[in-house]
This record gives sequence, C-alpha cells and structure tokens, in this order.
Amino acid sequence: MTQPLIQMQNVDKFFGSFQALKNINLEVHKGERIVVCGPSGSGKSTMIRCINRLEKHNNGKIFIAGRELTDSEKDIDAVRREVGMVFQSFNLFPHMTVLRNLMLAPQLVRKNNKSKAKETAMKYLERVKIPDQANKYPSQLSGGQQQRVAIARALCMSPEILLFDEPTSALDPEMINEVLEVMEDLANEGMTMICVTHEMGFARSVADRVIFMDLGEIVEEASPQEFFENPKNERTKLFLSQILSH
Amino acid sequence: MSFDISLILDSLPKMLSGIGLTFQLLILSGVLGLFLAFVLLLMRLTEKWYFSFPAQIFIYVFRGTPILVQIFIIYYGLPQFEAIRESIFWPILREPFGCAIVALTLNTGAYVSEILRGAVLAVDRGLLEAGSALGLSRNQRFIYITSPLAIRLGIPPYSNDVISLLKSTALASTITVFDMMGIARTIVAETYAPYEIFISLAIIYMIFTFFIQKGFGYFENFMSRHVKK
Repeated sequence: MTQPLIQMQNVDKFFGSFQALKNINLEVHKGERIVVCGPSGSGKSTMIRCINRLEKHNNGKIFIAGRELTDSEKDIDAVRREVGMVFQSFNLFPHMTVLRNLMLAPQLVRKNNKSKAKETAMKYLERVKIPDQANKYPSQLSGGQQQRVAIARALCMSPEILLFDEPTSALDPEMINEVLEVMEDLANEGMTMICVTHEMGFARSVADRVIFMDLGEIVEEASPQEFFENPKNERTKLFLSQILSH
Repeated sequence: MSFDISLILDSLPKMLSGIGLTFQLLILSGVLGLFLAFVLLLMRLTEKWYFSFPAQIFIYVFRGTPILVQIFIIYYGLPQFEAIRESIFWPILREPFGCAIVALTLNTGAYVSEILRGAVLAVDRGLLEAGSALGLSRNQRFIYITSPLAIRLGIPPYSNDVISLLKSTALASTITVFDMMGIARTIVAETYAPYEIFISLAIIYMIFTFFIQKGFGYFENFMSRHVKK
C-alpha cells in the first residue's frame, strides 16, 4: 500500500498536568474519509488540531505526506499549506468581505496574483452555492452560509487534506443540512477528510472509518456499519445509546 | 462676588492666542507618543525577555509617577548633568517647550502602549488560528488580521487617552510654557479674577474635547463598517 497521508505514532499531548491525548496511533490514506466522535473532552479536537500544529504534541511523531511535524517553522508552514481546516465557530475574518476572506491566503501564501486568486475564489463560491454573497461581510450572512464560506476558503488553498472541527455544532438546526451537503459533495469527489462531528447520519453515509475517542484515547476504530451495528467496546456502546436514543 | 463679563470678553482672545501652542503640545506629543507606544508594544509582544522586560519597566515607571513630577524632573533635573548639557538632546531639553513635549510623549506612550496591548490581546484567538491554518506567517497574521481588528477595539480607550493628553498639556504652563493655561495664569495674576478666567478656559477645553470625541466617533464608525447589517 502507498504511504499514508497522515501518520500519528504514539502521540501524547499534555495541557499542564492534564493528559489530553494518550498514545494516539492513526493512519489516514489519500481519499479516506474519517469521522471522529466521542464525548466532549475526549480529545477529538485536540487530535485533529495536532495535525496542523495548532496544538503542539509532546511525545510521539506525526508525519503529513511523509514530512515530519517538528519545531521547524519551515515544516509547519509546509504542512499547513497542505492541510485545510474548518472550525466550529467559522472564524471568518470579520473585517474582510467574503471574497477577500477567500483571496487572502492564496495571495499571501501561494503568491497568486489578484485575478487568479479572485478566479479561484469565485470558483469555490460557486461550488458552495453562494457566489452572490461575494461582496458581503461575514456578519451579513447566516451561520450556514458563513460555514460554507469557511469551507470555500479552505478549498482555495487546494489542500490535500481537510480537517473539520465540529463544523455543524454552532449552527441552527435548519442550517445543518446545507453544510453537510457541501461536505458530502467533497467526500464524493475524493477529498481526504477527517471530521469531528456528532452527525451520525453523516458518519453512516460518508465515512470509510469511524473513530471513537474517550478520555484521550482511541477506543474503537471500525467501518460505519460495524461501528453502529456491532460496537465492541462498552464505552462505545454507552456513548451510542446516549446519542441515538432520541 | 461679581462676575465680570467684559473681563471674559477681553481675555478670551488673549487665551485663544495660546491655542497654537496647546495644539502643538497635543499633536506633537500625541504623534510621537503613539509611535513610542507602538515600539513598546512590539517589544512586549516579542517573547524575548530582553525586549519585553525593559518595556515593562518603562511603562511601570511612567504610569506609576505623576506627570507633573515627570515634567519637573526633566525640566529641572536633567540639566544638572554635564552629559545632558553636552548631548545632542540639549537643544530640545534646554527649552521648556521641548521638555514638555518629551515628558508628555513618554507619559502618553506608556499609557497608549497598554491600550494597544489590550486591543491586540482582545482579538479573537480563533481568527488567528484560522490564519495559521491557512498558512499565514506570524507577521502576516499581525498585519492582516490582528492590526485592523485591534485598531477598532482600541479606538474608544485611545480617544480617552487623547482627551486626557489635551488636559495634561496645561501642566506645561508650570515650566513657563505659554499655552492657553500659561496665558490664563498670567491674566489671573494681573486681574485677580480667577473665576472668570478659569471658567472660560475650562469651557474652551470642553469645546475641544467635544470635537475630539466627535472625530473619534466618526473614525470608530468607519472602522466598524463591517459590523453593520
């Protein structure tokens, strides 16, 4: 098999004396779609935030496309160029229009000229179905629209991998679907994605693998069918019974 | 007690002739102080102790002592040193006006750098993480994300500091600078009419404060245009 795009080997992460990640081992190959779930405080977000170095891991090794994440700024920058991220709270730059939000990184980081950056931006705005909002400020959009802009912003850097950190948790219920649809489209086009989410329907229909975390550990890792029909670990069963019972 | 209106009308033009000096004090020390504040801010934001520690000491000293004391130390104290009298700064420190500018600049610089630091720290961390995740370098994040947002957050406390600087300029009169306050004090010494003179002077300062407030209000609206629906 080819080299994995993401490799985490025996990764530990501490916040002070609290251990947020315990001996995490994970491999993700190109085109794989991974859903990570688990109770709050289980380390899901911390794990994916280690992948683009928003958190610095304390022990173990992380390789992204064969490049090890170290303290070297050069390695970190190289990894961040290939890994896009979508946040729970959108984190659009409030002082820039939608278009400027999308053009900023391609211009500054990829050194694209303005017309190229604009072209790319409009292409991805079409793709998330809101080209008509290009000249508005984020505060003028609904939550669902803002999150779609955030996805488009990440796509403008043409990343190898997209990380989603609870992308629908801050949305009103009626807006969740429009965001999930965009994510499903991406998944169907072969984007490598790791998605922290509680949307079990999304996990069922899109994921190649579901990872269950609790207390900083990966407790169970299985295909969606296996995971939902026949969970092995007691903690997984308890979690599923809690979130699927209503 | 009588309240002599004609005396006010007589002395208003005299006091207003000091307006130029008051404004020079305000604008020169305001601009230089802002520049100093920015340097102090950058020193404090680096994680190198040999930059941030001296900045912290400077800020502590100038916020921790009365501005009048600072003015007196600079005007009466510094010329005692031979080295100062022979330095390139002597042409500035020899003049009361220069001393006032130096004191006001150092003082306002210390305060404003703390305002700027508060504004920088108040910028939503999530936005900087989004910048990092997009591959922006530390400097790019500072220029394109932190600065524009921090400027907006800093306007209200900064306008407060400019107003307080306007009033501090009156202290320059204690070292023989003839700004509006200096002229007013001379008139009072001649006429023994402190109420009339100082009350009309107070009104003049209030009018200026009004315009400063208005100006910053417009600036704040302009910088907040993205927040509007």
